[in-house]
Amino acid sequence: MPSSNQASNQASNQASNQASDQEIELLRLVTVGSVDDGKSTLIGRLLYDTKGAFEDQLQAVRKDDGEGANGIDLAQLTDGLAAEREQGITIDVAYRYFSTPKRKFIMADCPGHEQYTRNMVTGASTANAAIILIDARKGVLQQTRRHTHIIGLLGLPHLIVAINKMDLIDYDEATFNRIKEELSEFCARQNIHDLICIPISALAGDMVVDRGDNMSWYQGQTVLETLEGVEVSGHIDEADFRFPVQYVCRPQTKELPDFRGFMGRIASGTVKVGDEVMQLPAGKKSKIKEIVTFDGNLDEAFAPQSVTLTLADEIDISRGDIIVHADKAPQIANEIDAIVCWMGEEPLTPRKKYHIKHATNTVKAMVSEIQYRTDINALTQDETAEALAVNEIGKVSLKLMSPLTVDRYADNRATGNFIIIDSFTNNTVGAAMIC
Amino acid sequence: MPQHKLTQLQELESESIHIMREVVAEFRNPVMLYSVGKDSSVMLHLARKAFHPGPLPFSLLHVDTGYKFKEMYEFRDWYVKEVGAKLIVHRNEDAIAKGMNPQDFGVARCCGALKTGALLEALEIGDYDAAFGGARRDEERSRAKERVYSMRDSFGQWDPKNQRPELWSLYNGRIHDGESVRVFPISNWTEMDVWQYIREENIPIVPLYYAKERLMVERGDHLIPAEEGQFLLEGEEPKMVMSRYRTLGCMPCTGAVRSSANTIEGIIEEASIATRSERETRIIDHGSNSMEDKKKEGYF
Repeated sequence: MPSSNQASNQASNQASNQASDQEIELLRLVTVGSVDDGKSTLIGRLLYDTKGAFEDQLQAVRKDDGEGANGIDLAQLTDGLAAEREQGITIDVAYRYFSTPKRKFIMADCPGHEQYTRNMVTGASTANAAIILIDARKGVLQQTRRHTHIIGLLGLPHLIVAINKMDLIDYDEATFNRIKEELSEFCARQNIHDLICIPISALAGDMVVDRGDNMSWYQGQTVLETLEGVEVSGHIDEADFRFPVQYVCRPQTKELPDFRGFMGRIASGTVKVGDEVMQLPAGKKSKIKEIVTFDGNLDEAFAPQSVTLTLADEIDISRGDIIVHADKAPQIANEIDAIVCWMGEEPLTPRKKYHIKHATNTVKAMVSEIQYRTDINALTQDETAEALAVNEIGKVSLKLMSPLTVDRYADNRATGNFIIIDSFTNNTVGAAMIC
Repeated sequence: MPQHKLTQLQELESESIHIMREVVAEFRNPVMLYSVGKDSSVMLHLARKAFHPGPLPFSLLHVDTGYKFKEMYEFRDWYVKEVGAKLIVHRNEDAIAKGMNPQDFGVARCCGALKTGALLEALEIGDYDAAFGGARRDEERSRAKERVYSMRDSFGQWDPKNQRPELWSLYNGRIHDGESVRVFPISNWTEMDVWQYIREENIPIVPLYYAKERLMVERGDHLIPAEEGQFLLEGEEPKMVMSRYRTLGCMPCTGAVRSSANTIEGIIEEASIATRSERETRIIDHGSNSMEDKKKEGYF
């Protein structure tokens, strides 16, 4: 039985030569906005128009009054939990999947209402691009500035602003241009380098997947074309090599009595057999002997591949250590400053002790000082702040009980972050970016 | 200068391997739930890749209801041996001895006893603090908000309002005594990703996924397997139908679909034009909020 199955499996493998599937890249994105901005409608539209939603899922949300796309309430498609449907709001980050012949998309869908900062930071942390929604009738609001500021803090390479409900302002080009200008000015001060503004009507479907007939004055790309085009993996070659060791593999079997491999996922950069490397924090040096994978050894590997490294010399390496190129080492820190987004119900206060997890290392830390709290609406810094409450953001100094090997977040998104864990409840209470 | 780029499947693979290694490094006693289906096949394959050249650092656990298809048992025993894994099979023998079945006791009670109950029992007996499961976020809408590390209290229960935020690729594995996590390393995979990966990696799957003439009855919109006859209703006439299964569960509660796809290529083509989700053939999912409710009680 199994052999016949394998045979047919192999036969079909030989028959298939679809190179196209093998070149599809992954784009992780985050969408932010409140229900009023039409975010759920936009996502519903993307899912519906790219056939990312199935008929039986659509049936469950079909409306009787015939509104929306063929009588489907697009917003309802994205509300997962019963509590959310009852209240008509989104409580938590939800992950959606859709694909086109060019790309696969993983979309973190973040609510704009309650606990927006916590959810938005979570969704944005893994994303390469963000979509923020604006209601064209209302223009740039305080909420827009808040969302944009957070995208800048999290260092996302691309920001797409979808200026929605163009149908309600007669597709007016001048209004679109005015909003675009105001945003460009604001973004220049927020560490956002690639801003793309698109006029859309999620409800009517203009400029989301199809161009529609209502905005011939707009020459740019649709939302989907933009998502298919933004650069995903541009800077791997320039980045410094960082390899946080997850697990030491020592099979000690008859075939492999002495094998000692360091397992991990390359956080950034590239590595080749023969490279001079250094283990941190101890600083012992060696050379890369092999890059081992299930599919055979490699000459070279790059982020974000998961591999197993063996070294030419027997040096002591364990989980929590980081392997780097000897000439491009990060810093070893006993104290760090970080921008912290607080997510705990209990506020963060000076002298409190927490656990922090950075890469594959967990250490104890104490808050030595709150340097400032950002007023997320005025975007000013309050240097007299004595605590960070839930959903607040600020700059904090921490003393570490044992040293960590770190990069600045601005230099390396992968090794410049950590999470703060409440030592009593074990909950994740903060997200931090090293300054 | 070479352009270093991963395809989306390679990136998903790397993410899943990273998750598995984190769990093995940080938990005392992990186990991998193995349900014999295609998602389990992919998860097991990823685990072999993650720990190569070493052996699998955990056992496989099959929570068996006794109602699985004959082909599933055959495949399980063959494949587990083939890859050299250690398999633990656990059944709720009490409930099975009492004749638990979906027709007399209802689907909810039967699932509660033979799946959820047996799973919680097996996790307790094994004293596992982490259990890998092959659930995916694209399967069902309450799953879209599930974390990679799904925290469970000492009763194995899921509280949707009390899940930890997951940032970057940092997973918080700190738990109290008695608590455990369910870990979903293929959270970010879609049904299509799973099929394409099976094709590219040449991963063996249960032959029930391939179309052939099978004895079926038509019940409403569903095709119900009738090969063993015992679950037929009054007046139902089995007949041979060219069909296959999109997902595999218990025989009485898993419907087939009409299909002539008898190769991986054919299945991928079908999946790419499918207009109905794969879980539609799972009877347990229907009714309002049923997956959400089951998860709260301890189901995957």
